Amino acid sequence: MLELRDIAARFGQLEVLAGVCLTVGPSEIVAVLGASGSGKTTLLRVVAGLHRPESGTVVWEGHDLAATPPHQRGFGMVFQDFALFPHLDVAGNVGFGIPDMPESEKRSRVSEELERVGLAGYETRRVGELSGGQAQRVAVARALAPRPRLLLLDEPLGSLDRAFRRELAADLRAALRSAGIPALHVTHDPDEAFAVADRIALLHDGTVIRFGPPELLWRAPGTEAAARLLGLTTIVDVTVNRDGIHLGRGEGRRARAIVREEAVRIAADGAVRGVVEDSTFRGPGHALRVNVPGGEITLVHHERVEPGQTVGLDIPQEGFALLDG
Amino acid sequence: MSRRTAIGLAVVPALFLLAFFVWPVASILATGLVEEGGKAFTRVLTNERLLGVAWFTLWQAVVSTVLTVLVAMPATWVLARFDFRGRSLVRAVATVPFVLPTVVVGTAFLALVGPSGVLGVDLHGTVWAILGAHVFFNIAVVVRIVGGVWGHLDPRLEDAARSLGASPWQTFTRVTLPLLRPALAAASSIVFLFTLTSFGTVLILGGPRIATVEVEIYRRSALFLDLPAAAVLALLQMVGVVAALTAYSRYQERHTVEQTLRPVQETARRIQTGRERGLVAGILGGTGVIVIGPPLVLVWRSLTAGGGFGLQAYRALRSDALVPVGAAVGNSLGFAVAATLIALGVGLPAAVLIAARRGRISRWFDTLLMLPLGTSAVTIGFGFLIALDSPVDLRASRILVPIAHALVATPFVVRASVPVLRAVRGRLREAAATLGASPARTFREVDLPIVSRVAAVGAAFAFAVSLGEFGATIFLARPGGPTIPIAIYRFLGRPGVLNFGQAMALSVLLMAITAAAIMAVERARFPGPGAF
Repeated sequence: MLELRDIAARFGQLEVLAGVCLTVGPSEIVAVLGASGSGKTTLLRVVAGLHRPESGTVVWEGHDLAATPPHQRGFGMVFQDFALFPHLDVAGNVGFGIPDMPESEKRSRVSEELERVGLAGYETRRVGELSGGQAQRVAVARALAPRPRLLLLDEPLGSLDRAFRRELAADLRAALRSAGIPALHVTHDPDEAFAVADRIALLHDGTVIRFGPPELLWRAPGTEAAARLLGLTTIVDVTVNRDGIHLGRGEGRRARAIVREEAVRIAADGAVRGVVEDSTFRGPGHALRVNVPGGEITLVHHERVEPGQTVGLDIPQEGFALLDG
Repeated sequence: MSRRTAIGLAVVPALFLLAFFVWPVASILATGLVEEGGKAFTRVLTNERLLGVAWFTLWQAVVSTVLTVLVAMPATWVLARFDFRGRSLVRAVATVPFVLPTVVVGTAFLALVGPSGVLGVDLHGTVWAILGAHVFFNIAVVVRIVGGVWGHLDPRLEDAARSLGASPWQTFTRVTLPLLRPALAAASSIVFLFTLTSFGTVLILGGPRIATVEVEIYRRSALFLDLPAAAVLALLQMVGVVAALTAYSRYQERHTVEQTLRPVQETARRIQTGRERGLVAGILGGTGVIVIGPPLVLVWRSLTAGGGFGLQAYRALRSDALVPVGAAVGNSLGFAVAATLIALGVGLPAAVLIAARRGRISRWFDTLLMLPLGTSAVTIGFGFLIALDSPVDLRASRILVPIAHALVATPFVVRASVPVLRAVRGRLREAAATLGASPARTFREVDLPIVSRVAAVGAAFAFAVSLGEFGATIFLARPGGPTIPIAIYRFLGRPGVLNFGQAMALSVLLMAITAAAIMAVERARFPGPGAF
């Protein structure tokens, strides 16, 4: 089990991590979700031993790793843009970290790892000839080949096409599961975190503001910052009283709440009136930006509505999720 | 560019090369092969002393190259991988030795490890002084070429190796070194060529016993008048140079690795721990002593040569009866101006042509222009001596000195100009056109300022090269018309403390003039705000 206790780190003058606490259990996959520049990569580099933390400890199975250099930690890492060795072929890359053993054994070990990621027979390919998705798989195979105790993944899907990512995220999870290796995976993409992780840690302003299973975080993000990291960006002012949650300022307790876009319907007799700000065609329908009391709501509607028009909206109570503070 | 313009641009450089490079080299070939009925070859190849000279030349070049790489690598690493205040200053200082004239380097090492050297050991006439001078002179080549690539290597490749269980040393040997191999090969082959054809430093530091092929060519031709043997030696050396260049390009083809280069800002990191700080300080301090030590000792000894501290040695320069120092300074400056004008006149049209046309002929022309760089200066001087007596006997003319200098300087002018001119041709002109500039205005406001800046850089290069040139000049300068390096060499050849003092004083003077020329290059290359 990996434990991070109060990790603080600087990058020059800039404080990027200010007391991060995290745990990764046996064969658990934890995703760290944070905006770009939030110190996610630095956190991984601290765990790998490539960056010295200002303070705090990295603990593995009860042992403090402060004095253990990176190559003795037994933590594999998959880098953003993969960092494949350009002077070696695919087999050379995958075999790089495999400890000394007879050549034939090593070769079969490399084949085995390539098979696991679905690239059987790619041994003699040159790294420069691989597509983005293939390079990502080689990077995963290379990191898994020495049988690391923990795998660190730095935005491993970040540089790939969107369409690809879902598929590869599922494959990645399957590969990690089959290897039985715990993983710490950092990303800025909530979909990727949901697809891969058992638990998600939300990194904001250098600390973990929420840590839990994806469903729980989705249902109750807690703070506005957490909600935005999870991709829940329709946030409005509401009033809470005995009748429930209402848009805008009224009688009762004032609060901020997420509006679940998928729960909102346009209905002529809707209780809420809003003015359409703009309407953009988006495949399955038209994305409408509607100005309502307390803020703006984005929703997808099956037909175009001219900007400036007033519409009625029906928002059920379960369409709201209250935020703290 | 039309065919007519291209031919017009090619005429001057082509004729220049034909007359002052191809013809002299062909004459050397003829002298070696034809005179004595072709027996000169067997005479040289069976002469044990000459074979010894050839063998020494080869092994000292190999050892110099290996030592230079070993000494330069730590500083190269620090300058490529760490971000600290004063980094660009340190890099500039590391380049200093390379721009010093060879005669100055030789004198500085005499002041350091000569008969009355400050280090107290007399290494004059030993290979150690030569190796030391070669390492000192060539550190900058490695720092610049290898550092140029190292600074752009993706540091995450090294991180990846560490995370895969490689120790720092294994990471260096299995990842960093293989990726640096092409750059190391490039730097090593340049250092090898420089030390293989090293003349001034060996002549000064080698004493009577030690000689390289280059020195032997000079002695055979200028002192013993054994022209056929000198020609054979020059041919052997040319074969060696071509072999080294061929081996290098073969190697480069085989080992070049396609890789994504990263901007320097991403790869360099701050110094993190106290241990790192100590390491960086130690490496830079050690390299600094090697790089700044010899010039500093030279300046210090030149000021203390007369016994006390003062300008005695400098004053003695003004009134020397045998070496006309004032004339030497005048000659050097005059020759440098002439050589600069010739190098620009030949180099700029060639550069414009090479930049404008991409094709076999242009590439061929490019290679032809680079050849003088691979040919030793002594070979050029010797070639002039035996070739340029007909149809017009130019050998008595003063113009040969700046022509030889221009031949050496032209490749620098072309190399400095072509990339810039290519850039103008493409993006900048298109940008100017889309901004509504007419062709005339584009030429006036885009081409012209850039070409004149390129010309300024090339000019300063040519000027500095000419000031320090020694190998060709020693053949061509007449007794009454020495240049500064020749005057220094004459002072060194005369016994006595004061003569050595004068040699050092004059070396300091030459160092200062060269430094001024190089500073002009740097200023031209890095324009300040509002420059253009």
